[in-house]
Amino acid sequence: MPSNPATAPSAVIDYNQFPDSSGRFGAYGGSFVAETLIAPLAELSAAYQRLRRDAAFCAEFEHDLKHYVGRPSPIYHAQRLSRQVGGAQILLKREDLNHTGAHKINNTIGQAMVARAMGKRRVIAETGAGQHGVATATVCARFGLDCVVYMGATDIERQKINVYRMKLLGAQVVPVTAGSRTLKDALNEAMRDWVSNVADTFYIIGTVAGPHPYPQMVRDFNAVVGREARAQMLEQFGRLPDVITACVGGGSNAIGLFHAFLNDAQVRIVGAEAAGEGLATGRHAASLAAGRPGVLHGNRTYVLCDDGGQITETHSVSAGLDYPGVGPEHAFLKDSGRAEYVGVTDAEALAAFHQLARSEGILAALESSHAVAQAIKLAQDLPPDRLVLCNLSGRGDKDVHTIAAREGIAL
Amino acid sequence: MSRIDHRFAALRAQDRTGLITFLTAGDPLPAATVAIMHELVAAGADLIELGVPFSDPMADGPVIQHASERALAHGVELATILGWVREFRQRDATTPIVLMGYLNPVEIHGAARFADAAVAAGVDGILLVDCPIEEAATAAPLREAGLQQILLAAPTTGEERLARICAEAAGFLYYVSFAGITGADRIDVGAVRAHVERLRQWAKVPVAVGFGIRDATSAQAIAAFADAVVIGSALVARLAGAASVDEARARAREFVAPVRAALDAGTHARQERHQSN
Repeated sequence: MPSNPATAPSAVIDYNQFPDSSGRFGAYGGSFVAETLIAPLAELSAAYQRLRRDAAFCAEFEHDLKHYVGRPSPIYHAQRLSRQVGGAQILLKREDLNHTGAHKINNTIGQAMVARAMGKRRVIAETGAGQHGVATATVCARFGLDCVVYMGATDIERQKINVYRMKLLGAQVVPVTAGSRTLKDALNEAMRDWVSNVADTFYIIGTVAGPHPYPQMVRDFNAVVGREARAQMLEQFGRLPDVITACVGGGSNAIGLFHAFLNDAQVRIVGAEAAGEGLATGRHAASLAAGRPGVLHGNRTYVLCDDGGQITETHSVSAGLDYPGVGPEHAFLKDSGRAEYVGVTDAEALAAFHQLARSEGILAALESSHAVAQAIKLAQDLPPDRLVLCNLSGRGDKDVHTIAAREGIAL
Repeated sequence: MSRIDHRFAALRAQDRTGLITFLTAGDPLPAATVAIMHELVAAGADLIELGVPFSDPMADGPVIQHASERALAHGVELATILGWVREFRQRDATTPIVLMGYLNPVEIHGAARFADAAVAAGVDGILLVDCPIEEAATAAPLREAGLQQILLAAPTTGEERLARICAEAAGFLYYVSFAGITGADRIDVGAVRAHVERLRQWAKVPVAVGFGIRDATSAQAIAAFADAVVIGSALVARLAGAASVDEARARAREFVAPVRAALDAGTHARQERHQSN
């Protein structure tokens, strides 16, 4: 095996120093919001900066991650898949085994605890595919908080089972009929609710986007993924992976995995964005690979927009990646060159979904299937003694109907 | 002196309350925008806020969201709007125009390039909903080109921050009457009055109050303590669905005239009180 010391050479940039006190990751991030939200965001930021250093808060978070979520999630060596691919070893970080079936709950538990500490009794959230909505409804049920989830009318139609799951958990699901009636519009509507009810309401954003401190807070709660994975790699394989990869929509599972490895300069980092029907077709959701710097949903980041600055509609087979922006830390990592971001098409993701199902007996979420496809591509070009770690961010049960419909099968 | 400063100086000299009217550029009909602007002025508007449509108007309620969607469907963009301002200026050299919108279209256009074109077209100020003072550097090229950046204060704004906003304010200060979105019906005149009176200790520019002012009655109530009132959603809702340029003009006139009359009646009542004292 090639030498791959666990201790990183001194990095040019210390990636732990971001964001700065104004919420910036280099040129990205910030607080581009209406004046009314400045004070509530400052209040949230102050509460969060205090809580993240509070030993009791951190202990309770760790306790819940272990006993409620079921952490740590294992790293699984996909040996049959690796042999089929015929290159490097593919390792899967099994976030799909968490309670509610994805990484999303790491963040919603953390934010619900912040809401409780701030005395807020009402929680709102936005959701696209419904995974963040379900994870929010779940923790609200557990913490006894009122829960309202905004969801695009188009997504409600596409994700009926998750809508019903949220209702079973006691949440109110509000259809959003503005704009393209999808995730970005649900986020707009949740912001409008928040600005109208700031006194008693806590907004649990589901990804590493939004105004400061959300990109930091959501990252910190998901960073357990990478911290665990780094320790597991050293324990199980005696070294760090050569490459790590994850799918990137807003980017919360990706930053969760990447963050603990940012200062390990020898670990290559690759984010897989949704290239939909192909970057050249314009029908995709690859903000980093094909977008440009702009301002959306309270932060400066890469966005997909037209020459007039209007946000464009995105496309992906995976609703969870169907978002025209991306977390500002990813924008910063792209520009700094620390991470690479590449497009994976619908077809490539579906092929990877099937290959993983047949070779390993794992149904991955369509979002995570983009990461699996990218891991396969990376492994193909590497010798068998190399290690590719892929974040399997969620399970695919929710996508069974979508896949059947695409393949012309009536269930 | 800018057109905005000039207009407020004139209002003060006449002891009149300013009337600021907002319309979404290109709605209800692109062909009607310039005609509506002239009609608003003729009916008594002192300053025009021209809404720049954006695909994701996070701070706006359904009325302005839908107006933006309609305008975008008509292909309205920054260049179109600057063309309308240029056309308006051919017949009206004095009424101040403030563009109101979100940052992304300005960023993508290029802030400096946009600002030069806006000033050349006759735009006086810009109000960027999602650009608070923390992000003032972003708007610096706009100010350097000569646009006055209109800043907002809200009920949630703390004292230290109010002082800072007031110190940096140009043109006028826009006080948001309640924590909410445009078009909501939540105004509490007593609370707004208390906030505006508190603001006065720092404000060096006139204070305009917006959000929740929808007719002559609510405008008159706010006019008792504000330098200007802003009416947006109620006017946009009134204009929506107008089938022709003439119909849009008539609706604009019918909407604004009673508001102007109510503001002037308030002024007269105030002057009579002064005289009898």
